[in-house]
Amino acid sequence: MGMTITEKILAGHSGRQSVRPGQLINARLDVIMCHDVTTPAAITMLREKGLDRVFDREKIVVTPDHFQPAKDVASAELHQRLDTWCRQHGIRYYYPLGRAGVCHALLPEQGHIRPGEVIVGGDSHTCTYGAFGAFSTGVGSTDLAAALATGETWFRVPESMKFVLHGRLPHGVYSKDVILAVIGRIGTDGARYRAMEFVGPALHEMSMEARMTITNMVIEAGGKNGIMAVDEVTRAYLEEHLKDRREYTVYESDADAGYAAVEEFDCSALEPMAALPHLPSNGKPIGAVAGLKMDQCYIGSCTNGRIEDLRIAASILKGRKAAIRTIVVPATPTVWKQAMDEGLFEIFYQAGCVISAPTCGACLGGFMGILAAGEKCVSTTNRNFVGRMGSPKSEVYLASPATAAASAIEGKLADPRKYL
Amino acid sequence: MSKAHVYKRDHINTDEIIPARYLNTDNEQELARHCLEDLDAQFVKKVRPGDFIVGGDDFGCGSSREHAVWSIRGAKVAAVIAGSFARIFYRNAINCGFLVVELPGAAERIADGDELEIDAKNGKLVDRTRGKTLDFTPLPDFALRIIEDGGLLAHITKK
Repeated sequence: MGMTITEKILAGHSGRQSVRPGQLINARLDVIMCHDVTTPAAITMLREKGLDRVFDREKIVVTPDHFQPAKDVASAELHQRLDTWCRQHGIRYYYPLGRAGVCHALLPEQGHIRPGEVIVGGDSHTCTYGAFGAFSTGVGSTDLAAALATGETWFRVPESMKFVLHGRLPHGVYSKDVILAVIGRIGTDGARYRAMEFVGPALHEMSMEARMTITNMVIEAGGKNGIMAVDEVTRAYLEEHLKDRREYTVYESDADAGYAAVEEFDCSALEPMAALPHLPSNGKPIGAVAGLKMDQCYIGSCTNGRIEDLRIAASILKGRKAAIRTIVVPATPTVWKQAMDEGLFEIFYQAGCVISAPTCGACLGGFMGILAAGEKCVSTTNRNFVGRMGSPKSEVYLASPATAAASAIEGKLADPRKYL
Repeated sequence: MSKAHVYKRDHINTDEIIPARYLNTDNEQELARHCLEDLDAQFVKKVRPGDFIVGGDDFGCGSSREHAVWSIRGAKVAAVIAGSFARIFYRNAINCGFLVVELPGAAERIADGDELEIDAKNGKLVDRTRGKTLDFTPLPDFALRIIEDGGLLAHITKK
């Protein structure tokens, strides 16, 4: 039997001709992503065990992003520990304040993600990078520590599930709506421990930014990694962004590769979606929930804080006013500058939105837009668990940048199609 | 005796186990003070050293924050028993040397307040209150060894 892309990458990184789902392997790592919440603890663990070393100072990418700029003394101390360690080990790709951005938007943008590679990061949304045909997954601080010191980590080869995206996305429907539909169908543990491979004509028409929104949220279905084959869109993005110009390895799934399940979606029939509290799997077509009063709109995060997302939101907000508190968070300094240069800031300002520095911020209830008890927020982020963005009595409604912007204008959940 | 704190809920997630408002520290004792805060604000007052948390399916879904395991371990909980676990939480627990027991239907088969004993190696969970023994698939040997050694890093340095 043939192999999937995921299996081929893991075989190649463990010195094997082939691997099978369930097999335990030790994989060589190409990139390790570090940020301010999970890495300081990893550094401390390594010191305590007398393992204060890094396997390769050029393969570790660091950006403090969750509480950036530092929100209080404790988070300033996390940044201080990270900063000291980066300087001590001469970490080559360290992006501190001024260059810091939401990690999963920053690494691809800065050209650190290459097809065929194995990447781990101390963050569950590290699965984002699978949009580039890489195997990428999130780990905790202890796994991160071991990876930083040894450049290897163990994996159980996951079974793969295939998601075929047929048709063509209708006007006003975006990749965020696709992934909310996928999670809605299979549930928040529907792909637990599995690789989620996306294929199909609707996918090929999407930009890399749109594709990353999909792989970003595979963890919300319990997935170990999300993966998409390299095509011309991928190559064009890499041509523009890659740091390392060495040739990369492109894998494709064999025609006779094994899948635990195949799910087919007719994207032509999809509608804008909103995922109701308190699970990302509670997605409903906007028609079923429109009119529900909101208190805040949040446009940003590793899911939807890239320039394309801000352009979509701005196209709807242009010449209109937000009826509720609306916070726009460009995910990286480059996105921030692009948005300013393109005049999007002017549109957001005129609409009455506030624009923040790049940060994970309120997406995870850190700061910069925390909700009070009883408040509801329409958000372009990835999780709507109890208390995710503030009070355990607040509520988060996940949606695309278009749906979020339309909802900001009306002060209630709204269908974006009437504004496009 | 060690008691079960049963939550008949699937998808108990890392935001409920340790909300992000406390992620500005990795101090285990500080995190322990807020363990399960957004699920059950009374939990830290009720829990006694050696007690167990029992949950439904997909326990620990969400973030990769190991702080979730640290807060539970810091609260002196002996093990989490759940119908199933989210991948990263499960792996983090083993890496921390913290026992996790996968027992289908756990939250229905164990009642809140039941006194429990666990034999991790042989996959036996004894419910003293009900006088019955529940079998579970023990962790693989390599995972049990990591737990016995006190976590992944201790295991690596020992090798």
